[in-house]
Amino acid sequence: MSAFQFLRVRASQGMQTIPDVRKAVPAGFRGLPVLGPTPCADGCDACKASCPTKAIEVSPLRLDLGRCVFCQACVETCPEGKVQFTAEPKMGASDRSGLIIQEGSTERVRVRASAGFAKLFGRSLKLRQVSAGGCNACELELNAITNVNFDAQRFGIDWVASPRHADALVVTGPLTRNMKEALRLAWDATPEPRFVVAVGACAISGGLYEGASGVDRAFFESVGPSLFVPGCPPHPLTFVNAILDFLGVA
Amino acid sequence: MTTSALVHLVATDALEVSESKTWRDDVLRRHRHGERLVTAYGQRAGDRVVITTVFRDPGGAIEVTRTRVAAEWGFHELTTDIPAFHCFEREIHEQTGVRIAGHPWLKPVRYQGAEPEAMAAYPFYRIEGKEVHEVAVGPIHAGVIEPGAFRFMCLGEQVHHLEIQLGYQHRGVERRLLEGHATRLAPLVETIAGDSSVAHTWAYSAAVESLTGTALDLEVDVARAVALELERVAMHLATLSGLSADIAFLQGATTYGRLRTTAINTTMRLSGSRFGRGAIRPGGIGMQLGPDLLTEVRANLALLRRDLGPIDACFLDALTVQHRLKGVGVLTNAQARDLGVVGVAARASGIAIDARAARREGAYEVVPIPIQVGESGDCWARARCRIAEIDASLVWLEHLLEQHGRWDAPRKTLGALAPRHLALSVVEGFRGEVVHAIETDDEGRIAHYKVQDPSLRNWMGLAIAVRKNEVSDFPICNKSFDLSYCGHDL
Repeated sequence: MSAFQFLRVRASQGMQTIPDVRKAVPAGFRGLPVLGPTPCADGCDACKASCPTKAIEVSPLRLDLGRCVFCQACVETCPEGKVQFTAEPKMGASDRSGLIIQEGSTERVRVRASAGFAKLFGRSLKLRQVSAGGCNACELELNAITNVNFDAQRFGIDWVASPRHADALVVTGPLTRNMKEALRLAWDATPEPRFVVAVGACAISGGLYEGASGVDRAFFESVGPSLFVPGCPPHPLTFVNAILDFLGVA
Repeated sequence: MTTSALVHLVATDALEVSESKTWRDDVLRRHRHGERLVTAYGQRAGDRVVITTVFRDPGGAIEVTRTRVAAEWGFHELTTDIPAFHCFEREIHEQTGVRIAGHPWLKPVRYQGAEPEAMAAYPFYRIEGKEVHEVAVGPIHAGVIEPGAFRFMCLGEQVHHLEIQLGYQHRGVERRLLEGHATRLAPLVETIAGDSSVAHTWAYSAAVESLTGTALDLEVDVARAVALELERVAMHLATLSGLSADIAFLQGATTYGRLRTTAINTTMRLSGSRFGRGAIRPGGIGMQLGPDLLTEVRANLALLRRDLGPIDACFLDALTVQHRLKGVGVLTNAQARDLGVVGVAARASGIAIDARAARREGAYEVVPIPIQVGESGDCWARARCRIAEIDASLVWLEHLLEQHGRWDAPRKTLGALAPRHLALSVVEGFRGEVVHAIETDDEGRIAHYKVQDPSLRNWMGLAIAVRKNEVSDFPICNKSFDLSYCGHDL
């Protein structure tokens, strides 16, 4: 192997890091949906009927990002073209109700910065990921936050191997019954102060697996998530921006 | 009955239901004659269980055989004669409760419906002795990865036996598939194994299109195959990046990683999702390709080809890479054949099976794709196979897009499903063959849906390959197979 080959690789690698993750919008990404101002046809509930996760309510029209799997069934069925998906990746919320998109409202879903957590973790946040039925799409996107493109380590955000080293648990999947005990043990092993982040439609609401035979969501009944990151799967920018908002990092 | 290499459709009334002894003898005869087991599954009705077995003969034809037995009496096991049956017999026993007499190891495949305590109480295989020690890993692993438990019995540093315990990811996919509308299951199917969304959704769509008698344009097949090959390129790059990280070859970890970003962002430009969610729907596709987008896609493919050459050369020439991968985690040709291993893992052990090559129609007829076969069956062979498959897919994509650079076919609406039919589809995902079997009842509703990710068959390949290796080499053995937990656990 010649040094020349390595130099070629280095030269072609160039600078891959996204300079400003706060402003980046991924081209072609099916992200934040918007509900247009055209009135619905009388009694029409085509979007609601087509939704596989009951994410839509009509009159008034509302869309729950915590359930949405971004499948576009509503876009395809709506005769008025009211539902449109934009490429905007910022969709996180610190309250479950912040994930509901209202008709005609241009207000963004938002994350309320936690002053306490910002002081504690604003310069260093160590995360432990637990997949409890995740399909490996959320897991791969979470892995990607520390790759050369997104480089979350520049903000002091990183993954750790043990819950004992973690400030927060990042949970994916609808919470399977067979992972119930392991998830509880991981939480018990996480030192205080600590919090939980729910990532993806499955974790936030059960998504496509709400009420499925292998799912048991009791953990979230006792330990409520402090941050919700919607998507199926969420884009790495969705996750990184939600965390930065939560920690009050500009 | 219609048949193609992609989907095999047969009226269930036309399937002869043999008496169990006749069926069993026939299965053994097929095995002796070189037919390959594709899948097997069971359906319980009252106190009876119908067992269906599917073989592919050396000429590529699909053969379906069937028996009906009393659950209480069952049938005599086949695993001893045909080890590839082991996961199927265990699964059939777990799902239907049928007695399988003389089976050597009826451990539940995924603890579906069992109490979690049963899983925790499972007695792993143990070896007693002064120099024996146990290493327990999981279910939660150190990395950002799905859960599964590994129990190693080691003699010193050497792994003597590895038992893999799965089921932690079991959500109840197969039952959920029966609850929805037959032609609107795509979003659910896309999450069976989220890194193989395209392969699973194509298998599902092909099956329901066949059951509804929907014929599609070549353009649709081309677009689906493009999405499938992009998925393969992206996931093979993810594996190579992870493998490089595991052996501290950092240039490989970063460069393969950023090239994967280019591949999945190309998929996102086409489908709106980095994992091809929405790319395929029954009756058509959810992608459109016009001149501007085509230019962008081809530029990305050209970038991948240009930048992969040098990093592949660095990876393959590096003595540190060769030293860590060669001779480690060997799965011999005989072992792979016996266990019924599929996909990259089989090809790296010298078995030339690839569902794409078996298809002499559609996109893979327009431009055929060569099968990449290795010999040594070690981590090195599996890495080299992936590198060769990425190259082959990129060349294939360029040639295909030269001829089919415009996709705007409207999606077709599917009618009712044919009653009392079985549709069996096989798609070569990046791990290996993805198999979906859908059976309809008298009213044309889905009566049984069997999902088979290649991981179901390949996990045992990993357990065998890791024997006689140092326990510290397990991570690279595991990464070289790169199997799915949720695809296995369903």
